Amino acid sequence: MGVLLNEVSLSYPGTGLVIDRLSTEIDDGEFVAVLGASGCGKSSLLNMIAGLLAPSSGWLEVPKDGAAFMFQDANLLPWLTASQNVDLALKLAGKPVQEREERVEELLNLVQLGHASDKKPHELSGGMRQRVALARALAQDRQVLLMDEPFAALDAITRDMLHEQLRSLWGQTGKTIIFVTHNVREAIRLSGRILVLSSHPGRILETRRITDDLRNNPTQAAALADELTTILRKEQRKHELTDRITH
Amino acid sequence: MSSLTESRTDLAPVRTIKLRPNNRLDSWVAPVLTVIVLLSLWQIISWVSPLREDLFPGPLSVAAKLPQLLADGSLLSAIGNSLFRAVSGFAIAVIIATPIALLLAHQPLLRKGVGPLVSAMQVLPSIAWVPAAIILFGLSDATIYTVLLLGAIPSIINGLLSGIDMIPAQYKALSKVLGASKWEHVMHIELPAAMPGYVAGLRQGWAFAWRSLMAAELIAVGGSLALGVGSLLQRGRDLADLSLVMLVILTILLVGVLIELVFFAPIERKLLRDRGMSRTGESNG
Repeated sequence: MGVLLNEVSLSYPGTGLVIDRLSTEIDDGEFVAVLGASGCGKSSLLNMIAGLLAPSSGWLEVPKDGAAFMFQDANLLPWLTASQNVDLALKLAGKPVQEREERVEELLNLVQLGHASDKKPHELSGGMRQRVALARALAQDRQVLLMDEPFAALDAITRDMLHEQLRSLWGQTGKTIIFVTHNVREAIRLSGRILVLSSHPGRILETRRITDDLRNNPTQAAALADELTTILRKEQRKHELTDRITH
Repeated sequence: MSSLTESRTDLAPVRTIKLRPNNRLDSWVAPVLTVIVLLSLWQIISWVSPLREDLFPGPLSVAAKLPQLLADGSLLSAIGNSLFRAVSGFAIAVIIATPIALLLAHQPLLRKGVGPLVSAMQVLPSIAWVPAAIILFGLSDATIYTVLLLGAIPSIINGLLSGIDMIPAQYKALSKVLGASKWEHVMHIELPAAMPGYVAGLRQGWAFAWRSLMAAELIAVGGSLALGVGSLLQRGRDLADLSLVMLVILTILLVGVLIELVFFAPIERKLLRDRGMSRTGESNG
């Protein structure tokens, strides 16, 4: 089972409507990118799916065991080593010690960090921290993985490497991934479907299927990136204008 | 080649980077030197002062008291008694204060009611509790412990509370996403995350416990009470022996500072180093 959103709205006191009657269905094993300008409610949408926020109206369906979550900054616990951070997810899931040890090693090797298992977060680079966070998210062993702009703060080379790793992990695990980003090229590179959100309030403005053929064709990918960027810019301008009028 | 040479001459003069002196040594040498300078000044002033030696003793006269107090065993026994009271009282304070702080952190309404009271208690000098404690418990250890606990508990509560308040909101989200129960959240995330604030509170709690103990021992003397460092101070006053008084004051200061340096400072340093943090003014390197 994937994720189903039906007429979901979210409003905050003071800021008003953030998401307006958003409906979509995300299939099991699908990789969906949610693309939108800053402040359009992408992260709020993800938080609702994760159960961190309750919708003001409408309803959503997620698998019974919930969803794993990867935060924008790695959100690793600074007093724990890389392996202990991953282990915490397993411990809280009630896994026995023996199984945990093996799984932690396996997951850190999967994100190519087997050599850094004893390092504390402050001893790791930004990219390595995000890989530990990815290993921790995978340790939760849930079918749905929510990713909130996880690579936004990384340099281009590290991001490129992590894109490759994530695509390969998705291929290996068949998880349902919902990936929030404001980076058009990232969305095209990673996902099978892009949902473009409007700004203030967030609604689905466009839906684009991304085939491997399109992804691997630089001309087509660039044309789509330009088109989506134009849409986002228009939304951003609209958002800024609304802000100026209301303030 | 010539262009390379030319461009090299255009470079700004090379700046010499001075190596940072050994920080650990630095942190010891400066205070020790300060103490030596202050003691020397004190001695010089006592030499040139028109006051009699017994009314304004210099550090040498104060030090001359030490062999006598060591020989009759009163100083060491007083330090032993006071340290036992301080350490056991402090341990009891930690056991009482920690669950109270956790309860207040999780019950906003209770915190609104009790929080200001705890802060007010921290402001109240613990010596104010001594008469009430004597009336209630007489000249017994219960009096000493009551004053000590009332002095230390509010600091520890406030330290842990401020440590919890400073926990990033994202840790709570992480806890929820990882499916932690409330108890698991407290044990695995909240308490470790609040540790720097908690240790700062413990450090302050220790200082308050030590001060409160001295205040209590100074006033509550006699009865079933064993001689403590504070009572030794009172004895000096009764004998109008300023050298003894000064020696005991220096002992109180030394014991308090030693516990702080030997016990709390390394814990705090390790805690911050493990998290890639450092205290303001300290270097990580």
